[in-house]
Amino acid sequence: MHTINIKRLLIEQKSLITLLVLVILVSSLNSHFFTLNNLFNILQQTSINAIIAVGMTLVILTSGIDLTVGSLFALTGAIAASIIGADISPFLAITAVLAIGAAIGASTGIIVAKGKLQAFIATLVMMLILRGVTLVYTKGSPISLGMSDNAELFEWIGFGQILGIPVPIWIMAIVFIIAWYMLKYTRLGRYIYALGGNEAATRLSGINVDRVKIAVYAMCGLLCALASTIEVARLSSAQPNAGTGYEMDAIAAVVLGGTSMSGGRGKIIGTLIGALILGLLNNGLNLLEIDPYYQMIVKGAVILFAVLVDNKTSK
Amino acid sequence: MKFNKFVTYASALTLGLTLSAQIFAKENIALVISTLNNPFFVTLKDGAQKKADELGYNLIVLDSQNNPAKELANVEDLIVKNPKVILINPTDSDAVGNAVLAANKANIPVITLDRASNKGDVISHIASDNIAGGKMAGDYIVEKLGKDAKVIQLEGITGTSAARERGEGFNRALQEYQFTLLASQPADFDRAKGMNVMQNLLTSQPNVQAVFAQNDEMALGAMRAIQAAGIKNIMIIGFDGTDDGIKAVERGRLAATVAQQPELIGAMGVETANSIIKGEQVATEIPVELKLITK
Repeated sequence: MHTINIKRLLIEQKSLITLLVLVILVSSLNSHFFTLNNLFNILQQTSINAIIAVGMTLVILTSGIDLTVGSLFALTGAIAASIIGADISPFLAITAVLAIGAAIGASTGIIVAKGKLQAFIATLVMMLILRGVTLVYTKGSPISLGMSDNAELFEWIGFGQILGIPVPIWIMAIVFIIAWYMLKYTRLGRYIYALGGNEAATRLSGINVDRVKIAVYAMCGLLCALASTIEVARLSSAQPNAGTGYEMDAIAAVVLGGTSMSGGRGKIIGTLIGALILGLLNNGLNLLEIDPYYQMIVKGAVILFAVLVDNKTSK
Repeated sequence: MKFNKFVTYASALTLGLTLSAQIFAKENIALVISTLNNPFFVTLKDGAQKKADELGYNLIVLDSQNNPAKELANVEDLIVKNPKVILINPTDSDAVGNAVLAANKANIPVITLDRASNKGDVISHIASDNIAGGKMAGDYIVEKLGKDAKVIQLEGITGTSAARERGEGFNRALQEYQFTLLASQPADFDRAKGMNVMQNLLTSQPNVQAVFAQNDEMALGAMRAIQAAGIKNIMIIGFDGTDDGIKAVERGRLAATVAQQPELIGAMGVETANSIIKGEQVATEIPVELKLITK
């Protein structure tokens, strides 16, 4: 009886256990790892992927997928940089960019919901279009924030600290708390799980399924734009090819966090742990001086291992 | 039982990694490279690695995968390890700025390779000497055709440092030997434009004997135009030493290409880092020689 409980605990908390094993492994191998500075590094570097991954979790919970996040990230970043570059107040700029992100996300959602397309196909196409729009908008060159007072104010999002903790970490924490609350305590949260669990049943029980779908893609777009403003603030410029491959990182974080790719089952806290595992891997492999080519293989292997374990234990 | 096995493997792995870490307990120099998906930068890294081994340093190589965000994260991770010097081959001269500033803040000296940084304190910038390369091309033309040579120049994208410096070097040769420059027109480093511009120039300047193109792509475009017009005996010189360029030289289609030496850039980066560690003065700009490749 006692052993069964331990086994169940191990299975339920497998993402957390993976994270802890990695922490112990890396910190025993490298003395620099367990320093406050380095922990801030990891959290700060993780924040961008983690925020996108929250949006991705919402979409995947409805049994959809959003491949546009990388392109949307680049486009909203370019827009943010050009607005700030025109010396406009950062508050106004960020509000505008978040609204644009949400609007583009919503239109992807409309295509998925009203067009009755598979999310994979619809977002694959949108990914291409948005990347093209970004290249047209940026003319293929990076956009610099310039040196104005407003630019410096904006860069605070990337470099500022509150109570000694970097701002990106605060933003990540707030995003997770809001998402956790929404999924657990609001009607929309329950609809998201219901939709992923059984779309037909959800529709039959009188819930406007299309509206839920559009809402999750809009939220995903907004969070992409938010993550993008952090990256632009950290780099002081926007790159036309920014965000390439970020959809894969976000999906990996969601999967590592134990959310089911077929929807309906998963927790937002799992996604945070998944993103932390990836961030910690990046940082740890750097600190351990693993050859860059092998880093990719190790990361792939860890994700594969986690997914295989998940597949075995969640049946 | 299974758990025991896992513990055995894990501790063996830990022991192995710790041991190997101790063997390499030399002083650290770090190289943050824009991408390891491009032969030019792989060669640059190999050059740095060889020199580091020779001088007894441990070279930490991190790949930015052409992503400035990854580049910044790499530099932040490195700062924790406190290497003696960070060599950065930027993904983009603007976007690398905050990575350089982060290293500045941690008092770790920074050297840039191949591309410069527009922000922060960089002790030394090491890149190809494009001016010398342009001069080299001019010298070669005069060496082969004499001072009466009639020459056309195809320029790169106006305003880029590569186009400006290569043109300046070529101009120096022109001043020195007083050969005849029939025309000098931009073709934007592009193969198709190189072909079009050359086609137009062939009709207006049929006496041309040599073409200097500021990169291999334009040189190969010019080569096509000359072939299509059925003209022989026009000497073409390219720049960069790309794979296509070198192949064309080997087949005798191009007379020469002025090649960059990425291996030497990497090696000089580590050498300069070594000088900084020893407390010696280093130059803020270190030009790396180019090499003329002929058949």
